[in-house]
Amino acid sequence: MDGYATLGIFFIMALGFPIAPIIIANIIQPKQPTNEKDIPYECGVNTIGKNNVQFHIGYFMYALVFLLFDVETVFLYPWAVKYSQLGLFALVEMLVFVGILTIGLWYAWKKGALSWK
Amino acid sequence: MHSGILYSLGQSLREILTSLIGVPILVDLLMTIICATILLLIMATSALVFTLGERKICAFIQVRIGPNRVGPGGLLQSVADMLKLMDKEDIVPRGIDKWLWVLSPILLLVPSALIYAFFPFDDGVILADVNVGLFLLIAITSQTILPFLMGGYSSNSKYSLIGGMRTVAQMLGYEVPMVFALMGIVMITGSLKMSAIVEAQSDVWFIVLQPLAFLIYIVTALVESNRPPFNIVEGESEIIAGPFTEYTGMRWALFFLAEFSNLMCIGILTTTLFLGGWHGPDFLPGFCWFWIKTLLCVLFYQWVGWTFPRARVDSMLSFGWKVLLPIALINVLLTGVGIYVYNVM
Repeated sequence: MDGYATLGIFFIMALGFPIAPIIIANIIQPKQPTNEKDIPYECGVNTIGKNNVQFHIGYFMYALVFLLFDVETVFLYPWAVKYSQLGLFALVEMLVFVGILTIGLWYAWKKGALSWK
Repeated sequence: MHSGILYSLGQSLREILTSLIGVPILVDLLMTIICATILLLIMATSALVFTLGERKICAFIQVRIGPNRVGPGGLLQSVADMLKLMDKEDIVPRGIDKWLWVLSPILLLVPSALIYAFFPFDDGVILADVNVGLFLLIAITSQTILPFLMGGYSSNSKYSLIGGMRTVAQMLGYEVPMVFALMGIVMITGSLKMSAIVEAQSDVWFIVLQPLAFLIYIVTALVESNRPPFNIVEGESEIIAGPFTEYTGMRWALFFLAEFSNLMCIGILTTTLFLGGWHGPDFLPGFCWFWIKTLLCVLFYQWVGWTFPRARVDSMLSFGWKVLLPIALINVLLTGVGIYVYNVM
């Protein structure tokens, strides 16, 4: 059978694998919700203020830099597969590409996108 | 073409099924379901065994005794834990985003199970040997980020939200060096097929050809699977349990099932990509070598985890971007030059 069809069948089975114990546990577990029990945890006392707090902007910067690099790795993989058949041209091309990548990394570094403030 | 006990076992099972059913596509379907069930069982068993192993090894390193009451020498401890988690009340906290919250542990387990399809356990014993194997594997592994974020975002708890955000920052930061490190292997092999990658190591293991990539991979694997010393996602002393602070009972257990399954996966991946997979001296069959190497790798990762103190979140993020990524880029360059020189000579 084709590898991708196998993966599809395995995906469906893997989806059922965690659902089954949750259903079984739902049948046998006690259900006694009380007002205090359902409060989100915050060091044992009542929560203070809004729970959906704002998150640090630094996370967003990391995500942006990641996006750039990840797209570039996707482009580099086909090149890596065919590399040993392509010879000097591929090597020079790779030097240029990795050079551009390095400049990008250097720019993000200088702009402070990589440091946690 | 293929040799080995496991492969011939599979072939004889296929012959028996063919003689019983006859329709080729049904036989294929049945074989796939049987193999997938075995893989899922391996995953569940590994989680049970490693939970106990983790506690025993941790206790040994910290000069304690560890669990020793349930069964001989505490052997049945994880079974008892599982039964206990089964009948714990499933507390649904107030103000959660119900759908995301329920789906998060389920979706977390799917990618950790799915990557077992790409592991060559022995010569020819691999569930889905697709031609973009390694690439698909990396893609599926990175899907674990999303459930963590879902769980953290939907739990309506400050710890969960911060934990979820940390997961994303950490996994994104270390995924780029990991992908670049594995690129060296692809360049040498000239293929993304997992079986081809193991086949290419029949003479020399990639740990010899790619020592730099191996070191980068060890660090990034620990980070991607949230193992200590890089478990800032669930740093108990900082943010309680990170994205799964609000989960109880079986749902909580699923998070840990995924964690221990990931521990096994990084052991298997280290073996497959750098330590020659099922290759080894002839006196033991291939799958024995595979499991010996894998378990040694897992032991190594646990040892590292219980020896070093937890990294701080800011130093960890800058380490990934400012140290590992440049080294990984240099590794790609060195590999490129190396292959070119080797081909010219």
